[in-house]
Amino acid sequence: MAEGIVTLTAATFDEVINAATKPVVVDFWAEWCGPCKAIAPLLSEVAKERADEITIAKLNIDEHPDLALRFNVMSIPTLLVFNEGTVQKRIVGAKPKAALLSELSEFLGAAH
Amino acid sequence: MSTRHVIIIGSGPAGLTSAIYTARANLSPLIIEGEPSSTSDQPGGQLMLTTEVENFPGFPEGIQGPELMFNFRAQAERFGAEFITAKVTAVDFSERPFRVSVGSDEYFADSIIVSTGAQSLMLGLDSEARLLGHGLSTCATCDGFFFRGHDIAVVGGGDSALEEATFLTKFASTVTLIHRRDTLRASKIMQERAFDNPKMAFVWDSQVTDLVGEHKLEGAVVQNLKTGETTTLAVTGLFVAIGHSPNTNLFTGILDMDDAGYLVTRPGSSYTNIDGVFACGDVQDHTYRQAITAAGSGCMAAIDCERWLEANPLSSPPTAAHAGNDTSIAVVGTSSV
Repeated sequence: MAEGIVTLTAATFDEVINAATKPVVVDFWAEWCGPCKAIAPLLSEVAKERADEITIAKLNIDEHPDLALRFNVMSIPTLLVFNEGTVQKRIVGAKPKAALLSELSEFLGAAH
Repeated sequence: MSTRHVIIIGSGPAGLTSAIYTARANLSPLIIEGEPSSTSDQPGGQLMLTTEVENFPGFPEGIQGPELMFNFRAQAERFGAEFITAKVTAVDFSERPFRVSVGSDEYFADSIIVSTGAQSLMLGLDSEARLLGHGLSTCATCDGFFFRGHDIAVVGGGDSALEEATFLTKFASTVTLIHRRDTLRASKIMQERAFDNPKMAFVWDSQVTDLVGEHKLEGAVVQNLKTGETTTLAVTGLFVAIGHSPNTNLFTGILDMDDAGYLVTRPGSSYTNIDGVFACGDVQDHTYRQAITAAGSGCMAAIDCERWLEANPLSSPPTAAHAGNDTSIAVVGTSSV
């Protein structure tokens, strides 16, 4: 897993989301999904560049289908932004980095 | 700003093959490969949304589409091809060096290879935007998993539609193929597989006129084109494979196109109407549209380009200051611009 990205599992999901002190972007992905692979390097960059403001996490839906079901994820990649334990935003589909940052803009800078 | 030998616009099988060939010809190509998306308009092109590719020579056991494209790209990189992950926003082919813009960034090259490909058509319904990602999907390989035990539908009658439908039967309880004619365009082998599949059903002579469901897809409104009769098919998933349109908006009024918007190349070559601008792959082919034919035409474009550059020397020969980044070929090719 890329540096700076948290790997979530069914066992750690709630704990990580509820204990977070900044917004957590969870990338619902799977090995067979081409667009998921295409955005993986972009998410690594964002994780590194914006480490003070947000946390980037990944959840493999193949290994944890129940969590995908619980959050009504029906298409991947889907990014869910959690803040204070609840879903604040849903971003469906792969996007270029600039579009991704603009979708996340409301959560960036919150720590400052 | 330095002028490159060639810029390649687009990075599907055509663009990446032209990248491999121009890189090996020491033309140091710059590939402007497109941007991530969940449609076929992305780096790697249409194959990024496919699973098993069974008909690309050299892979007797088949190969996954995305893996094949990663291999193409790695092969081009091995010979020094340079990549920019962005979409071209404008081109100026009125004089050499040709100019290619990505937002406010400009790139110059003595030749251009256009391989921007084609992208899948959607239904064009207002309800599509609302239900995209909530039952309506652009990527069967990505999302099939979520429809385990569901009743779903695929719209279309060509190879892509049948391939998606057959793939989706691995997950869904039933897959209904909705096609506007009463025969399929798909290849015999794909048809036989579909007809033999007990999970497949067929709705002929029909088109989808609306989608039902506020937050999640609940059904598709299907109209029979012969009788005019409308019914609602209860499905929780819908995949659309009704054809493609070429990614040529960038070149309107610049490069010659046919009525359907495909670039016109001189028969038996990759030459466009502008000297030094070459086109390859699906952007100029609505007949074959295969990975292997796209790759073949990418090779043609690279060879045409190399010979043309030899016969038409650089407008601005590389100087010492440019050494190391004097790429004068631009390949524009992937499935998206």
